[in-house]
Amino acid sequence: MAGLPVEQGLYDPRNEHDACGIGFVVNIQGQQSHEIILKGLQILINLAHRGACGCDAETGDGAGILIQIPHKFFARECAQLGFTLPPVGEYGVGMVFLPVEPSHRLLAEGILERIAREEGLTVLGWRDIPVNVDAIGRVARASQPYIEQIFIRGASGMTQDELERKLYVVRKRAESEIAASDLPAKNFFYIPSLSSRTIVYKGLLLAPQIAEFYNELTDPDTVSALCLVHQRFSTNTFPSWQLAHPYRYLCHNGEINTVRGNVNWMHARTKVLASQLFGDDLKKLFPVITAGGSDTASLDNAVELLTLAGRSLPHVMTMLIPEAWDADMTMRPEKKAFYEYHASLMEPWDGPAAVAFTDGRVIGATLDRNGLRPGRYLVTHDGLVIMASETGVLPVKPEEVKFKGRLQPGRMLLVDTIERRIIPDDEIKERLWSRQPYGEWLKASQITLDSLPEPPRVYESDLDTIVMRQRAFGYTDEDLRVLMQPMAVTGDEAIGSMGTDTPLACLSDKPQPLFHYFKQLFAQVTNPAIDPIREELVMSLTSYIGTERNILEETSQHCHTLKLPHPLLTNRDLEKLRRVSTSDLLANTLPMLFRVAGGEKELERALDGLCRSASLAVKSRYTLLILSDRGTDREYAPIPSLLALSAVHNHLVREGTRTQVALIIESGEPREVMHFALLIGYGASAVNPYLAIETLEDQATRGNLGSGITFETALKNYKKAVNKGLLKVISKMGISTLQSYRGAQVFEAIGLNKSMVERYFTGTSSRIEGIGLDVLAREARMKHDHAFQHVSEADTELAIGGNYQYRVHGEYHLFNPLTVSKLQHAVRQSSFETFQEYTSLINNQSRELCTLRGLMDLKPADKPVPIEEVEPATEIVKRFATGAMSYGSISKEAHETLAIAMNRIGGRSNTGEGGEDEARFQRDPNGDWRRSAIKQVASARFGVTTNYLVNADELQIKIAQGAKPGEGGQLPGHKVDETIARVRHSIPGVQLISPPPHHDIYSIEDLAQLIYDLKNANPKARISVKLVAEVGVGTVAAGVAKAHADVVLISGHDGGTGASPLTSLKHAGIPWELGLAETQQVLVMNDLRSRIRVQTDGKLQTGRDVTIAALLGAEEFGFSTAPLVSMGCIMMRKCHLNTCPVGIATQDPALRKKFQGQPENVINFFFFIAEEVRQWMSKLGFRNMDEMVGRVDRIEMRKAIDHWKARGLDFSTILYNPQVPRRVGRRCMIAQDHGLEQALDYKLIDHAREALENGTRVEFKMPIRNVHRTVGAMLSGEIARRYGSAGLPEDTIRFDFNGSAGQSFGAFLAKGVTLTLEGDANDYVGKGLSGGRLIVYPSRTSTFLPEENMLVGNVVLYGATSGEAYFNGMAGERFAVRNSGATAVVESVGDHGCEYMTKGLVLVLGRAGRNFAAGMTGGIAYVLDETGEFSSVLCNRASVDLEPLDDPIDMQTVQKLIEKHVEATSSPRGQWILENWGKMIPKFVKIFPHEYKRVLGIPKFVPRPTTHIQQSAERQEAAHG
Amino acid sequence: MGKVTGFLEHTRELPQRRAVVERVNDWFEVYQDFADEKVQTQGARCMDCGVPFCHNGCPLNNVIPDWNDLVYRDRWREAIRALHATNNFPEFTGRICPAPCEAACVLGINEPPVAIKVIEKQIIEHGFREGWIRPEPPLERTGKRVAIVGSGPAGLAAAQQLNRAGHSVTVFEKADRAGGLLRYGIPEFKMEKWVLDRRLKQMIAEGVEFRTNVHVGEAIPGEELREDFNAILLSGGAEQPRDLKVPGRELKGVHFAMEFLPQQNRVCAGDTVASQILAAGKRVVIIGGGDTGADCLGTSHRQKPMSVHQFEIMPMPPGDRSPQTPWPLWPLQLRAESSHEEGGIRDWSLATASFSGDEHGRVSKLHAVRVGPAPKFEPMAGTEFTMDVDLVLLAMGFTGPVRGGIIEQLSVNLDARGNVATDAGYMTSSPGVFAAGDLRRGQSLVVWAIAEGRNAAAAIDRYLRN
Repeated sequence: MAGLPVEQGLYDPRNEHDACGIGFVVNIQGQQSHEIILKGLQILINLAHRGACGCDAETGDGAGILIQIPHKFFARECAQLGFTLPPVGEYGVGMVFLPVEPSHRLLAEGILERIAREEGLTVLGWRDIPVNVDAIGRVARASQPYIEQIFIRGASGMTQDELERKLYVVRKRAESEIAASDLPAKNFFYIPSLSSRTIVYKGLLLAPQIAEFYNELTDPDTVSALCLVHQRFSTNTFPSWQLAHPYRYLCHNGEINTVRGNVNWMHARTKVLASQLFGDDLKKLFPVITAGGSDTASLDNAVELLTLAGRSLPHVMTMLIPEAWDADMTMRPEKKAFYEYHASLMEPWDGPAAVAFTDGRVIGATLDRNGLRPGRYLVTHDGLVIMASETGVLPVKPEEVKFKGRLQPGRMLLVDTIERRIIPDDEIKERLWSRQPYGEWLKASQITLDSLPEPPRVYESDLDTIVMRQRAFGYTDEDLRVLMQPMAVTGDEAIGSMGTDTPLACLSDKPQPLFHYFKQLFAQVTNPAIDPIREELVMSLTSYIGTERNILEETSQHCHTLKLPHPLLTNRDLEKLRRVSTSDLLANTLPMLFRVAGGEKELERALDGLCRSASLAVKSRYTLLILSDRGTDREYAPIPSLLALSAVHNHLVREGTRTQVALIIESGEPREVMHFALLIGYGASAVNPYLAIETLEDQATRGNLGSGITFETALKNYKKAVNKGLLKVISKMGISTLQSYRGAQVFEAIGLNKSMVERYFTGTSSRIEGIGLDVLAREARMKHDHAFQHVSEADTELAIGGNYQYRVHGEYHLFNPLTVSKLQHAVRQSSFETFQEYTSLINNQSRELCTLRGLMDLKPADKPVPIEEVEPATEIVKRFATGAMSYGSISKEAHETLAIAMNRIGGRSNTGEGGEDEARFQRDPNGDWRRSAIKQVASARFGVTTNYLVNADELQIKIAQGAKPGEGGQLPGHKVDETIARVRHSIPGVQLISPPPHHDIYSIEDLAQLIYDLKNANPKARISVKLVAEVGVGTVAAGVAKAHADVVLISGHDGGTGASPLTSLKHAGIPWELGLAETQQVLVMNDLRSRIRVQTDGKLQTGRDVTIAALLGAEEFGFSTAPLVSMGCIMMRKCHLNTCPVGIATQDPALRKKFQGQPENVINFFFFIAEEVRQWMSKLGFRNMDEMVGRVDRIEMRKAIDHWKARGLDFSTILYNPQVPRRVGRRCMIAQDHGLEQALDYKLIDHAREALENGTRVEFKMPIRNVHRTVGAMLSGEIARRYGSAGLPEDTIRFDFNGSAGQSFGAFLAKGVTLTLEGDANDYVGKGLSGGRLIVYPSRTSTFLPEENMLVGNVVLYGATSGEAYFNGMAGERFAVRNSGATAVVESVGDHGCEYMTKGLVLVLGRAGRNFAAGMTGGIAYVLDETGEFSSVLCNRASVDLEPLDDPIDMQTVQKLIEKHVEATSSPRGQWILENWGKMIPKFVKIFPHEYKRVLGIPKFVPRPTTHIQQSAERQEAAHG
Repeated sequence: MGKVTGFLEHTRELPQRRAVVERVNDWFEVYQDFADEKVQTQGARCMDCGVPFCHNGCPLNNVIPDWNDLVYRDRWREAIRALHATNNFPEFTGRICPAPCEAACVLGINEPPVAIKVIEKQIIEHGFREGWIRPEPPLERTGKRVAIVGSGPAGLAAAQQLNRAGHSVTVFEKADRAGGLLRYGIPEFKMEKWVLDRRLKQMIAEGVEFRTNVHVGEAIPGEELREDFNAILLSGGAEQPRDLKVPGRELKGVHFAMEFLPQQNRVCAGDTVASQILAAGKRVVIIGGGDTGADCLGTSHRQKPMSVHQFEIMPMPPGDRSPQTPWPLWPLQLRAESSHEEGGIRDWSLATASFSGDEHGRVSKLHAVRVGPAPKFEPMAGTEFTMDVDLVLLAMGFTGPVRGGIIEQLSVNLDARGNVATDAGYMTSSPGVFAAGDLRRGQSLVVWAIAEGRNAAAAIDRYLRN
């Protein structure tokens, strides 16, 4: 990617991310004015806080603006330059970035001119545009390209559309030619825009700089009717001018998660592209997606092609970013048909995205299907539309506002300046679906499995040879017992605990499935994971397979595909496909077997042969290729299915024929979720796991699945479990649909050599080299030999496994009987000697390889430091922390023992995500302190009150956890006793769900906001962000540093004590050695390392582990498993069952009594570790730990590794040391600047001093703007410090604001404070509300109906624990998400309202969006459902009952609330409801969670014969009928 | 995985021992039968640990959680497969192993451990009952011949493994019947000998050749063995008893335990033993507080003595696990075997100073003194005493294999402790000659012997295949 460093060490520019603030302003009438541009610039400035700056405070991450061609200005300027412009529309203007060096520049200009001429256009001239280099930062200046404009005239008779297409051709040709040339400094060459309609001004700028730098933007002659702006926040500080938005058609906030797959598929389908409009020019456009572009750039490339090839811009956007249509019961069939038709054309570009787009005539914006980015707009009476990531970005008088709205999931806001109006979403979509008879086309052409004829023959199960075949495919006893049986019996994947401590596949002596060399990637910070259960409506496993056609055309043939509801095929399904002969669907089976005796050579030969056969099959017009490993015998062994598939996939991609066929896998190998996830992730359309299916039959026949589980049930359950698992895997990456996941390759390989990866797994990261085909052949041989050995009666049928549970003859485990008992004996007997026996067992990995660090050697110093000169252990232990284990997951006794121990030694214990009992905040009489220094803030925000926050030394934002990165969790109801419920602000016995993402972090600038919130609440605490190692974590860490975190924690995959699905436990995340090294390298490269401390954790067990971590770049170290073992944990790995026999991971009072751990055990452990670290420091010649941080030069890879797998590994990327000057810090040396000094709260605290000190009532009025963020949090922190959670008496402090409030208005507001706001507010209003009162209503002078206009943004009252809120207007998505105690009244809410709510009261006096109450387990909500739509379709009834408002207590509650609401806000709607109370009562619905009912002992609701819901539905029908 | 909450619901239950009055009047096994259902309930107590310490505590690495679970689930056939996968002779270990697995059981940290040994015995007996245990002759023969010298548990385990691997195995036994200590050491009341015969029958059917009454080293010289066989395994046990070198040792009526016990085995087998050493009507003193001592005790009880004392030089261990041997180590603690239940007096910290005899040269008095703790065992002044005895049985352990004979003939080196030295692959200093069992590791448990036999067999198999 231009402007970014080349790949080096563990850094890969492909992992860079960005996000940001977007906005536009448009005059609906299309009237051009200079005013519009000034407004656009103002929006940018007011969004500045959503951007970031790098190490040079004057250099931003980039900003830009797109406007219509300012013809008047150009005409004037060009005339002065000596050439005349033709009328507007007959010429194009190119904004061109060029090399600075004149001679290089001239060459580039020459190429561009020549190409324009060759395309029949006339170059009118160049304009050397004046820029003000003094306006920008030092770094920006140093990397600034030379910027010119080129003016190109169309050929005579060309329409403007034709000219646009030609200009596109010219640009693409120039880009390709210069990229391929050896022009020096060619990286500078870039064309931000070349169009007859629009022009883009952008650069490495801060918002306020843009108009100064591009001075012409302030020229009164520069006019436009529309203006699209963007402020960027990137995860690096590398100067890049090109990566600023807008691109030619759009700018984007968020991330396209599936971009790798999308780009691959776009590339793969080029061969079949054809366009009448482009004709022969089409070829000149390839590659359509410019190599090395960002996700937005790639999306822009796709939009550009599809638009210029004839589709309207709204059509293209709908096609690329469709709304969630599969499961939408409210959608009309014609519209569904439109979406389904387009789904068979191409996969969605999936991700959290707010995209603003324009072609110069229409301008609009759309949100992803999940609505994960904010977008607010308003329309003025005089015809202006202002849209931005936030409300309040432009001052507009309230009385001028006609309407306030927000972007909604999958919906489009569109302003057409030609038609001079806003086109409503329904109308846009209707225009689209009525274009063609999509529904009829589907009916005629689409095929389903059910519609195919029964196959004459189906493979029968062969239970006699099943053991042989299971052995041949490497099945272990554990595969059956631990993985498959639970799936077959429960329909869910099994859960495990305590992480993983077995060798990486590339270090294991056992033959491994190739699958296990891969690790899943997952979303963290730069995009959110999705909850596939609670937000099922956005997820889909449906796919459309068959040959893909030219996507530039639209015919009924395009949907001639096979629709598969999910990717698992039974034998019967597969036979149907094998024999299909409908139209051009035709299948061919290719064997994936090889002569096992021939080893590597034969394997390679077989792969080559397979690829050749695949090519031939494509030529012969086969459209379904079934890769099959049936037929294993003494001579032939299966090729690992993933290898065969990926080899064919990549071969066909290279050949350009990939989209003409679908690849189907018929294999005995895949059996667990990870296997299926990989096959699909590498391009398979469907999988027939025939041996897994036979195994289920065998198990059922033998009765191993328990009574009542027949084969049919088992298979059904197994499919369900696999499908659920797949949804989980794709959702943790933030991907919603299987179709866009397919081929997206969101995996990282560990220990596969580069040459094999490049050849067969093109594009996959594999960073430490490792094994090749030779080892794969050997592994196949081992399994094959086992298969053809006699099955003795006196032996188990299958190998034992030992992956999930320790077995002597199974996989090696670091925590085994010997190490566990040695450690326990050492800490109990205070014996350092025994401890060293323990550590030598772990450190000595010469026989049993297990970890990467085990293969490292430390280089001793020439002159060791005498041990007495090394800093004392008492200092070293201060760098130690225990991991985040919640009170709830572990017992009170265990939790407090850890806290006491850590407080005694000056280390830090961690609350985990379950809050903390306030009784622990005070020291005990004996001086012990049971309070955890680190207070975790996790996605569920359990117990996160202001008082909790102020009682911390460190606030840790848990983005991901090692055991299951990218996933949420749940605490089963039986673990939630009285105390836990109190601490978590929930109800005893009610299950608690933690969402996969933080609903206030969908993107990097959101994280910055949360950090700012927490810093406000407790300015004394340092803020840390916990990430899990994966490829690209360094880049994310850089973003975290730029978001002003004080500490970043890199967790290894193996850590994690929490309960987790086994797939995640084993296959997600990577070792911390890799993640930490990458983090250190990237932070140093960006010169960010000196502002942030780095901590690491993940099965740290010995002083040597800590030493290696320090040398790789960590300053602090976290431990969980080892301290637990020190307290008596025996690695039962049953934490999720509440049956911990040693009283640690249980809430069962009887079992808790068995807890015998002592703080001394834990203290001994840490001092022993510190002592060992000292010994290493002495050997290595370091006197204190600071000297040691980041000294990778002192590590080398162990020499002469003769392990058959490990000998291929190469750690040079881990041990890479970026070459930067000495002044660039390699450890934390300076404090972050949190920018708190601008906080409005200082003023508030000043005004409230009397109240704070004496409890005197105070009241103030003041204006507020969107740049005022997190108002009220710091004031609340002050209250909590003084008065604890009791706060002050209600209304002691009252502030009345006027204007548009910034994000997190009233966050963590403490009891005793009331904030009122006249105007509107952005996202996260009342986040973490802790007893305060919030009142928001529109301006008294506004002219619209409050209940129909947007008032407060998304994710309001997230994690609120108490307090009240009254909103006289509409709220956005996820209102009161994870509410655990607040009472709120609002007049309308968007989708996912009251999601995961556990306590509190919510009253919605109007429309509530889809998926209301998903995952709600406690509290009550009432919704005024006037149309009946809420009850019939919008509410997610999976966990709640809907009941009428017939109990007098309920009626009274609601009435009282409305009265209070009216009193607080003067709500006209509230008033009207009260006036018509009797008539309104039947229209209210009470939302009552099942779980809550269960603990209250109320039976589930059985609807009575006619409820008001049905009545109202009937009435409606009557009215319509 | 057993039952998730099984350990919370059920308590440990073992089969009852038969009433003392009944059992001391016969030679049958002490324990009563146990119902399958009861054993299944015991299986439900297994917690299916992530790190099963029992599995490691067992020298054979029996995969205990797996078969506990299978038993719980009534899947006995798979259970015996899983058990046989690591243990050739569960019927021996299920009876006479002291069960270090149970000492290492995680549940044992704070509750009575899972009744692993009972489950093990039930699995194998269930298997025999159902006829599932059948000969498994090899599908093809390798043509290699292996001599196994000594038919104790180590030799038998090695023989079965090697034979199943296709090698032709001949087991040499100097006694008249095969089985070694299992035959002539373990009293009937601990393991009735049909149990052994049943297994030998299977092995013979599998093709193992047994040559009894052949004292290798005497009847067949080492060289001959070397010529006739491709590999030799020495598994002759550690038969050299530790002697008590005190005045009066030479008196009549002072015997090694291993003179006493085999005679009773023979009698139980129907042989007649001339001038059998009998406890009947005598004042018996057993010197040595270990398992062999307990076996002497039980055997004596059944011969109807006047009195029995059992002396131990070590101090009396604590009633519960000693802090010196924390879980999961084998606990130092006072154990009460069935023989102790049957009577006799145990005393600790006692050293025998001398014996004195009557006019016939028979032992009549034992002179002892109380001593301090190990390793010095200092006599405590003023604690000397004398007691009347008629029979003294020395059960003080063994010091290694009997020197000379085959060991000398094959020029096999010994280690510092006097056992046969081998490399990690169980091969002695003499190429092609391997060693396993007590002869290699010193006196130990039957479970170790089987483990050694299996490991040596694997090593021999590798040796023969290369």
